[in-house]
Amino acid sequence: MEHVREFFAAERGADGKAVGTSLVRSDALGHVTGQTQFYADRSFPGTLHLKMVRSPHDHARILSVDASEAEKMPGVVRILTHRDVPANVYTILRLIQVEPNDEPVLAEDKVRFKGEPIVAVLADTDANARAAAAAVKVGYEVLPAVLDVEEALAPGAPLVNEYHGNNFFTYEGHHCRRVRLGDVEAGFAAADHVVEHRYQSAPIEHAPVETTGCIVVPEANGRLTCYSNTQALFFTLDNAGLILDVPFQKLRLIGGTVGGGFGGKVDVTTEPVAMLGAMLTGRPVKYAYTREEEMQVSSPRAAERIYIRDGVMDDGRIVARKVRIYVDAGAYSRHSPYGTTKAAAHMPGPYTIPNVWIDAHCVYTNRTPSSAMRGFGVTIGDFALEVQMDRLARMLGMDPIAFRMRNAYRDGDMKAHGELTKGAALVETMQAAAQLANWPVSPEDAAASSLKAGA
Amino acid sequence: MALDIVRAESVGHAAALVAGKDGARFLGGGTFLVRAVTAGHGTIRTVVLNDGLGLEGIDAGETVTIGSAATMTDVARTPGLDFLAPVARSIGGPAVRNMATVGGNLFAWSPYGDFAVALLALGATVSRVTPDGETVVDLGAFLAGGPAGVVRSVQFARPAEGAFRYLKVTRKHPHGASVLAIAALLPVVDGRFAGVRVAYGAMARRPIRTGAVEAALEGRAPGPEAVAAAVAVAAEGTAPEDDPQASAWYRREVLPVHLGRLLSGEAR
Amino acid sequence: MAKLPLIFTVNGVEQAEFVESDALLVDVLRDKLGLTGTRIGCNQGTCGACTVLLDGAPALSCLTLAARANGASVTTIEGLAEGGTLHALQRAFADGFATQCGFCTSGMLVAARALLDADPDPDREAVVDAISGNICRCTGYEPIINAILSAAAEIRGAKTA
Repeated sequence: MEHVREFFAAERGADGKAVGTSLVRSDALGHVTGQTQFYADRSFPGTLHLKMVRSPHDHARILSVDASEAEKMPGVVRILTHRDVPANVYTILRLIQVEPNDEPVLAEDKVRFKGEPIVAVLADTDANARAAAAAVKVGYEVLPAVLDVEEALAPGAPLVNEYHGNNFFTYEGHHCRRVRLGDVEAGFAAADHVVEHRYQSAPIEHAPVETTGCIVVPEANGRLTCYSNTQALFFTLDNAGLILDVPFQKLRLIGGTVGGGFGGKVDVTTEPVAMLGAMLTGRPVKYAYTREEEMQVSSPRAAERIYIRDGVMDDGRIVARKVRIYVDAGAYSRHSPYGTTKAAAHMPGPYTIPNVWIDAHCVYTNRTPSSAMRGFGVTIGDFALEVQMDRLARMLGMDPIAFRMRNAYRDGDMKAHGELTKGAALVETMQAAAQLANWPVSPEDAAASSLKAGA
Repeated sequence: MALDIVRAESVGHAAALVAGKDGARFLGGGTFLVRAVTAGHGTIRTVVLNDGLGLEGIDAGETVTIGSAATMTDVARTPGLDFLAPVARSIGGPAVRNMATVGGNLFAWSPYGDFAVALLALGATVSRVTPDGETVVDLGAFLAGGPAGVVRSVQFARPAEGAFRYLKVTRKHPHGASVLAIAALLPVVDGRFAGVRVAYGAMARRPIRTGAVEAALEGRAPGPEAVAAAVAVAAEGTAPEDDPQASAWYRREVLPVHLGRLLSGEAR
Repeated sequence: MAKLPLIFTVNGVEQAEFVESDALLVDVLRDKLGLTGTRIGCNQGTCGACTVLLDGAPALSCLTLAARANGASVTTIEGLAEGGTLHALQRAFADGFATQCGFCTSGMLVAARALLDADPDPDREAVVDAISGNICRCTGYEPIINAILSAAAEIRGAKTA
């Protein structure tokens, strides 16, 4: 495909040289020779291996923790529980005033998802740590669990997290993120057709070939050096500083080489406990997820359930769109309140619709806490929107491109969340795609433009 | 965690070692056993090697004999075993095929064990050695349980040309683990199925024969009616499990479709 | 805890180590010999990141007891380049964007090397089979397949030139 420079040429300088040329990636040589250093390729004498004792239950009260047998096992140096954590709150976005502080680093009185970390065992070898972790005895009172977003919101559902008092994130006093434009009920009343469909996705695991992990090394100057494969070194730095109650400058994060992230390595999961272990033992600590932990415990893309109700005219105009989104945050918030906001803002899609109602719920269930994945917050929404658009086009007997052209947003149009459309290019993108695919397009659609003034 | 790695002087000696020591296992290719050693908590304490026991041989005569240490790669490139090459080649990528042994595959649990499924359909017997001596047992009986001993080889009569069929359904392409596998021996004598054997993989904990499908085909003339009769009872006697490849429900749903395709000779 | 002798050749150089009886070949290569180019993705033999050549044939080093490599010849990713010159496969991967995060790349290159050593003129199906035991989550496999095919063509061309 040739690079087209006509569109919006006035907004762009003409002196760029890189576009259209082929440049070898800066890390390619390291990758093809095996010389690229991932965090686990470093080794330090005296390293302790951390194995985590995790909840086997979706939802349970912790009645007792007995590590006495484990403590005596060969090679075991230290065992960590929530009592060892200076500030046992997993804060994620607290630094940018996005809370809530609803998740512990190590579980205290309750576990809320299968795989939740409870006790960390530090031993001289991986095998010894695993054996000792297996010897830690945790007494549980199993509680009823809720594993579905709508069931979680129904009256009488098991309460996932007492911190919230209900199973949804509260957005400035509201039970969901709301977007309102016009009057959808009036729109539906005036429409020629009113159609509602339900869409659904399962949690999607990133499954990177490299599992999550870090190695923390106490330095002679009193700092901790942490080699991590996180995608978010600053998240780690800031959150670990708060969790460990140490000044940020005491922590040195080295990373940026990630064996597959895709958004799955943005949660600060391994570093704080590994750092704590290094601080308390004075020895390097390695905390590496096994493949099983990576698949079960590390955050997936949130499962979503989406209802789209549309009022459509015979001529193809969508006059009203009502969307209910239920995002499965899993047991804890992490980034989901933010992702759900993105989902709400992304609706109703790149289309100008005069009456819009969006309710986006961030729902807690007893599932693995979800987090970011490519197109965080919007990818599943796009799936639902575009399948809906195709269904509507089919219902009206309209070509799917022509139907989208009819409703495509253009510069100057009012968006549902109160911003004017600016820099829209959906029309031009569809024209280019149709041309490449030899998809017939009407002369009017071929001549259409995103710019309101002049065709 | 000390692991005893032991060489045996003979298959009998290996059998005695495996039977006599707690936590002793006979090592084939290691695709299951080494994984268990790595993941386990010291339950496997002794590993008996198959080196130098003469178990790699393959005799592709009218009676086919395959040594338990023969790998999938060995089978795939043995002239005269062309009908088994698709089975061997379906089991993992090249590295797994270089390591995985015919003997080891007999001990696999769902969704693995595709080669055992093929052997079950071929009416294979297993020569195995226990401290009590060497015996030959029907593979079905071997899979049903009891002391396995050390497997020396498997044997089966060479099937008539074109009588053996195999199909493996996976989600990962190519060579993923089975959603299900079907192997069928469909000899035709005087225009009718005679001596039909049909086996499933990943439709129960271990490979199983399907008596219902065999009974539906036996004595019938090949054709759409026979296929319909077989497909109607496809899932009888199966007990599939949920696993990362597929749910039990899904396996039961698609089994008749794939059985129908295999029996009709339809390409996927 | 008794250790076992491990005398073997790695990338053409003889090595001698004493290893735990339950040591895995991948850990010996990475931790004792410092050859960290062979990666660990699953420790179960399902991802292929640990692929090495054992006596010339692809094997999963995470499922190989190190003691079993005694007397054997092992080739890892570090042994692909000859005296500082990249193998055609390595160049093809770099030029063809067949590597993104790089974690699967070592295993892919070793598997590809084994293929081309055995079959200098593979078709696409043979290439797909050769890497069927190697999982990549980044590239979608197409650039990798194309890089292997183009390297094969280049090597054949160089031989007849």
